[in-house]
Amino acid sequence: MNPLDLLTFARGSAMNWALMICIVGIMLRLFEIIGLGRKQDLSKPRTVTPGSGWRTVFTRSWPIAGMMKREPVTYLAGYVFHVGLLIVIFYYAPHIDFIRSMTGLNWRGLPSTLVDAVAVASIIALLVLLAHRLTNPVKRLLSSFGDYLAWGVTLLPLLTGYLAFHHQLFEYTLMLSLHLFSVELLLVLLPFTKLFHSFSVLLSRWYNGQMAARKGVAS
Amino acid sequence: MKYPIKSDGLPGTVGEGLSARGVTRREFLTFCTSLTAMLALPPAMAGVMAEAISRARRQSVIWLSFQECTGCTESLTRSHAPTLENLIFDLISLDYHHTLQAASGEAAELARIQAMKDNDGRYLLIVDGSIPTGNPGFSTIAGISNYDMLMETARGAAAIVAVGTCAAYGGLPGASPNPTGAVSVGELIRDKPVVNVPGCPPIPVVVTGVLAHFLTFGSLPELDAQGRPRSFYGETIHDRCYRRPFYDQGKFAQSFDDEAARHGWCLFKLGCKGPVTYNACATTKWNDGTSFPIQSGHGCIGCSEANFWDAGPLYRALSMPVSGTTAMLEGAAAIGAAAGVAITWHNRKTKAAAAHETVTVQELLREEK
Repeated sequence: MNPLDLLTFARGSAMNWALMICIVGIMLRLFEIIGLGRKQDLSKPRTVTPGSGWRTVFTRSWPIAGMMKREPVTYLAGYVFHVGLLIVIFYYAPHIDFIRSMTGLNWRGLPSTLVDAVAVASIIALLVLLAHRLTNPVKRLLSSFGDYLAWGVTLLPLLTGYLAFHHQLFEYTLMLSLHLFSVELLLVLLPFTKLFHSFSVLLSRWYNGQMAARKGVAS
Repeated sequence: MKYPIKSDGLPGTVGEGLSARGVTRREFLTFCTSLTAMLALPPAMAGVMAEAISRARRQSVIWLSFQECTGCTESLTRSHAPTLENLIFDLISLDYHHTLQAASGEAAELARIQAMKDNDGRYLLIVDGSIPTGNPGFSTIAGISNYDMLMETARGAAAIVAVGTCAAYGGLPGASPNPTGAVSVGELIRDKPVVNVPGCPPIPVVVTGVLAHFLTFGSLPELDAQGRPRSFYGETIHDRCYRRPFYDQGKFAQSFDDEAARHGWCLFKLGCKGPVTYNACATTKWNDGTSFPIQSGHGCIGCSEANFWDAGPLYRALSMPVSGTTAMLEGAAAIGAAAGVAITWHNRKTKAAAAHETVTVQELLREEK
């Protein structure tokens, strides 16, 4: 199998299966979470604050005052990584083309060199976050295999994409194939690991806000 | 004043032939300089090459055409007339070539047998087209199957040049479902040096370069892992493309006739395979350096890569899935939703029932106390 055959497999059957597993998994888990149900709360709400859930979705996405002093590494590296990853995924022209081919949606991308710089920042942020996770006793205690797995499968597409873009390590066709395989690994694992927060985060924030308001802590 | 080529006195040499055709030493040296540059040889080698080629006796070449379209021959012989590449090509002793030879039938086959006998172990074998391994009758010449003719002719060859993607990798005949069981030359010949010069068609100067190298040094140029001359196939079209800055800036043509296409922006989104195609089109160009596909407004289709016919639609961008569709995603979403509903139903029936706490009257009375 030559590198082009490998790339065709990565763009073909492998990608189709990864996408299908990902979509099936996301839908399954979303339905499962939404349909899980809770015990009926018969108590009277302490405060009546409509829209508390929706407000929490936004307020929890912004940094809380004082966080910069208490947790500067998590605060800075966390934002750099998350914003960077979103830019790399959704504003690199070839990625937009991928999404366009599957959904019909289209928008303007950013210059490749800018996306490249953002990718480097995201990779550095991820490395800093790992180092912090390993050295901070509290974080280390809270971390399990799932956290390291999520970190690994997120780093791989960024790293292989960067190497492919710069024609490093292996020749471009092979490196591009490896990049696609790493993306496929991420897609397959996304619904079944902590990475699912990318789909459940807004839902859980809304739920937390709504429940907190019911208990008297309105946002 | 025109200075003749040094070795014009030696009868039967390439130099004599070139001289007779009015090629000056300066013109020939210029040609050899560009060849040495393209072969990535030291500049001082230009003079050595000129000397060696002009003194060389006409190299016996046998050209076999199997499952092919003659596009390779067309490319090499009619690329631009009259170029020095053509003259070099004319000045080899092309002892057998279906399309170009005057002889036909038994006389033609005798010419091949004679050339093999006279130059045993020294002739160069050029092959274009793939070889069917299914029914031998799929492709025959003078009643001889392609396989038998290749094996018979390869035996006494000094080296073999597989010209074109079909000979180098199987090409179009070898594309899925490969009805004839087509294979490349390299898959059948293991005991001889085989140079792959892929392309549909290949760049004429690559073949000339290989011939010049063979005439000068008596050996083949440095090859890569896929048997291609490294100096020509070392970099991708994309790396040497004059539209590359537009790719880097994120400026792409969305269709072949939009404003962006008229501005000459990058053709990546229109399916250009330049990033994964190793060839020299962007530097040597075609038709005497006039242009190459991307320059004329069409993306690279990756014709010099193995199995490029089966590497997905030509007009689908490299970053797009080969066969994935929106309907496929919709189907997956429906299956996922149905599975989610089923699990929800199951959960409510089992987990909710298990979590349901029953409180007896005695327990309530105890709490009251």
